Amino acid sequence: MTPELGYAATVAALVLAVYGSGAAAWSAVKGRSDLRASSERAAVGVWLLITACMLLLVYAFLTFDFSVKYVATNTNRGTPFYYRITALWGALEGSIILWAWMLSLYTLIMVSRYRRTQPQLYPWALAVMLGIAAFFLLVMTIPAPPFERLSPIPADGRGLNPLLEDSGMITHPVALYLGFTGFTVPFAFAMAALIVGRTGDEWITITRRWTIIAWYFLSLGLLIGGWWSYHVLGWGGYWAWDPVENAAFMPWLTATAFLHSVMIQERRRMLKLWNLALIILTFSLTIFGTFLTRSGIIGSVHAFSQGSVGQFFLAFLALVVLGALSLLAWRLDRLRAQGELDSIVSRESAFLLNNLFLIAAAFTVFFGTVFPLLSEAIKGVKVSVGAPFFNLVNIPIFLALIFLMGVGPLIAWRRASAENLRRNFLKPVLIGIAAAALCRALGVANTVVLVCLALVGFVAATIALDFARAARARRRTGDAWREATWGLALRQNRRYGGFVVHLGILTIALGVAGSQAWSTQTEATLNLGETVELGGYTIRFEGLQAAEESNHFKVTGAFTVTDRRGPYTVLTPAKKFYPQEQTPIAAVDYRLGFFEDLYLVLGEFARDGSHATIKIQINRMVSWLWIGGLVLTLGAALAIAPERRRTPAVPRAGERAVA
Amino acid sequence: MSGRRRVLRWAIPLAVVPVLVLLAYGFRTDPREIPSPLLGKPASPFALTTFDGKAISLASLRGQVVVVNFWASWCIPACYDEAPSLERAWQAYRDRGVVLIGVNIQDKDEPARRFLTQFGHTFPNAPDPSGRVSVDYGVYGVPETFFIDRKGQVRFKQVGSVTDEIMKQHVEKLLKEPA
Repeated sequence: MTPELGYAATVAALVLAVYGSGAAAWSAVKGRSDLRASSERAAVGVWLLITACMLLLVYAFLTFDFSVKYVATNTNRGTPFYYRITALWGALEGSIILWAWMLSLYTLIMVSRYRRTQPQLYPWALAVMLGIAAFFLLVMTIPAPPFERLSPIPADGRGLNPLLEDSGMITHPVALYLGFTGFTVPFAFAMAALIVGRTGDEWITITRRWTIIAWYFLSLGLLIGGWWSYHVLGWGGYWAWDPVENAAFMPWLTATAFLHSVMIQERRRMLKLWNLALIILTFSLTIFGTFLTRSGIIGSVHAFSQGSVGQFFLAFLALVVLGALSLLAWRLDRLRAQGELDSIVSRESAFLLNNLFLIAAAFTVFFGTVFPLLSEAIKGVKVSVGAPFFNLVNIPIFLALIFLMGVGPLIAWRRASAENLRRNFLKPVLIGIAAAALCRALGVANTVVLVCLALVGFVAATIALDFARAARARRRTGDAWREATWGLALRQNRRYGGFVVHLGILTIALGVAGSQAWSTQTEATLNLGETVELGGYTIRFEGLQAAEESNHFKVTGAFTVTDRRGPYTVLTPAKKFYPQEQTPIAAVDYRLGFFEDLYLVLGEFARDGSHATIKIQINRMVSWLWIGGLVLTLGAALAIAPERRRTPAVPRAGERAVA
Repeated sequence: MSGRRRVLRWAIPLAVVPVLVLLAYGFRTDPREIPSPLLGKPASPFALTTFDGKAISLASLRGQVVVVNFWASWCIPACYDEAPSLERAWQAYRDRGVVLIGVNIQDKDEPARRFLTQFGHTFPNAPDPSGRVSVDYGVYGVPETFFIDRKGQVRFKQVGSVTDEIMKQHVEKLLKEPA
C-alpha cells in the first residue's frame, strides 16, 4: 500500500507543479491575481505532497518493507534505527526526494515573503521555481522512482553502504543540498528579471540574503564532507579532488565570484551582464553536479547508480543553459553598464581580478574533471586526472585570491590615491612580511607555506587594523567601548560579516597549508605489548577484541598512548566486516587537538591477537578547518542579519543618541 | 542592431553546445568497464563442496563449456534479476555439454539456502567460505559471470546481471567450437 500511495503523491505533485508553474507565468502575462493565488496554492500543495512522499518512505524504512526496492537495497534488518531514517537519502532515488523537498520548501518561503512586496518579478520567479521542481518530480516519476516495487520480495535487504553509517550522513547531504537548491532562488529571480526586462539592481537586492544563505550552506556542506572523509575513510585526508567533490566545489567558486561582483553592480552600476552570467553558471553547475553524480559517466567514489537518470539530467541541463543564455542574449541591449572602470588601482578592479581568478579556478577544476571524458572521446585513451594537477594549478590561484581578500575591502572605489594605499596597506604588508620571517626563523622551510603565512598575516592585519580604526573613531565621537566595537559590527553587519567570513577562510587556509606541510605518518607491525614512537607519542599494542554487532562483525584493537608528559589516552581503532562488502571497513580512532590530531588506523592482524599492523598519523592543524567553519558560520549569520543602518553614509549626528 | 551584436547574440548560447555534446558522449563510455586480464587465459582451477554436500571441481569438467556465476543473497536487485535466467539456461543447455556453477560468496549459510529455494535452482551451487575462488577470478562485485570454453580458457566475463540473451549468445558460441 505504501508504495502505491507514494507513487500517487509523486504524480499528483508533478501535475500540481506543472500547473502551478504555468498558472504563475500566465498570471504574470495577463496580470490575473486569481491565477496567481491559485499557483501559490499549488506551491503549498507540492510541498505537502513531497513531504508525504518522504514520510511514506521513512515509514517503509522503519517497517522493513522490502517490497519497496529502494528499502531493500539500502537497509537490512540489522541496520540501526537511526540510519534507517537517514537511509532515506542514502542513494539516488531518495536523494532526489530530499532535493525536491528542499526546493519546495524554498518555494514556500519565497511565496510567503514576496507575495505582497514584489509584484513584478515574483510571479515569474515562482513560475521558474515550480518549473524546476516539476523536473525533479518528473525524475521521481519516470527514471528514478523511489517507490518502485521489488518482486519477489527478499527476506532481508542488502543493507546501507557501511561508509554512510555515520553522523556526517545526516548533516552533510542536508547542508550540501540546502546550498545547491538555495541557488535556485537567485536564479529564478534573475530569469524573472530577464523575462520582465527589469534588469537593474532589483533582483540582486531581493536575492542578496538568499545567495549568502545558499553559499553558506554549500560551504558548510563541503566542510562537513571533508570532516566525514577525514574521520570515516581512514586515509587521513579531507579533500581528494574526486569528480564529485569537484562538482560541489565549482558552484562554490562561481557563487563566491557572484557574491563579490554583485557589490560592484550595487555600487557602480557595472557588470550587469556578468552578474547574470555568473548566477546562470552557478545554478547550471549545481545541475551539472547532480548530473555528474547520477549519470555514471565519470568514475568516482561518490557515484550513485546509473540508468536513464543521466539522460534526463543532461536534457534538463541543456534546457537550463540554452534557455537562460538565450534570454540573456535577447536582453543584451538592456545590459549595458552605466558605470565604467576608472583606474586599475581601485576596488572595482580588485573585485574584477577576484572574479577572474575564481572563474579561472572553476574552469581548471571543470577541465580536470571532464578531461578523462575528453581524452576518451578524442584519443580513445582512458586516463584519470589526480590531485597533483589540481594542486599545481589551483595553489597559485588561491594564494592570489587570499591577497585580493586583503586588498579588496579596503582599497578606495574608483581610483585609489597613494595616501589611501599607504594608510590601509603599509602596516599590514609589514606585518605579513614579519609573520613569514618569524616562521622562517622558527624553522618553516616550505616556500608555499611561507607565502601563505605572509598573505594570511597581511589579510588578518588589514581586517584587524580597519576594525580598530573604525572603533577608535567611534570612541572619539563618544561611544562606550562596547558600543564602539560590538555595536559597530552589528550596525555595519554586511561589512563586518564579510570580514568575519574572510577570517574563517583564512583559518581554513592555515589548516590546509599546515596539514599539507607538517603532517607525518608511519606504519608498524606490533607484537602484544610492543611499542612504536612517532612525534613524541609512544603507542603500545594491548590486544584485540572481537564482537558481533547488529549488522557486522567487528575486531577492535586497543592501543595505549603516552606522550612526553605521561599517559595520554587509549585509542581503539577497529575493522568492521560487513557481509555485503568485499573489503573490511576501517573504523578510525583519533584524538583531536588544536595543533595536532593523533590518528590511528588498524591494518592487518593475527586472528589470535598476537600481533597487529597499525598506521599512525599525526595530522597537524586539521582542526583549523573545522574552527574556520565555525567562524564562517558566525560571519554568515552576521552578514544576513537585518540591517540596522539605513544609508551607507558617514555617521549621522543623531545616530549616537539613538544607538 | 549591428551585425556584431547579432553574432554575439547567437554566440552566447551556442558556446555551451560543445560541452553538452561532450557530456552526451559520456553515456557511450563506462568508466567501470575495465577489460578483465583473465580473458583468453586458462581459468584457475577450483574444488568446492556444494550446498547439497557434493564435490565439484573445474578440472573434472574439461571438454565441457562451463559457466561460473558469482552471487550473494544480499545482492539486491542484480542477483535477483538474473536468477530466473540462470535456471532457464541450465534447463536449456544441461544436456548439451554445458555446466553452470553458482559460487556463493560473502554470505551466510541460511539466507543463501533460502535464496536457492526461492528461485528453485537445480544447478550446482557451492559456497566459497574462504573467498579463494572469488579472489582467483578477480571478482569485484556480485554478480559476475565467467564463460569458460572446452579448452578451459576464460572467454567472456559479464559484470552485472546476465540475461537470457547473454547466456544464449555466449554459450552457443562456445558450444560450436571443437574441444
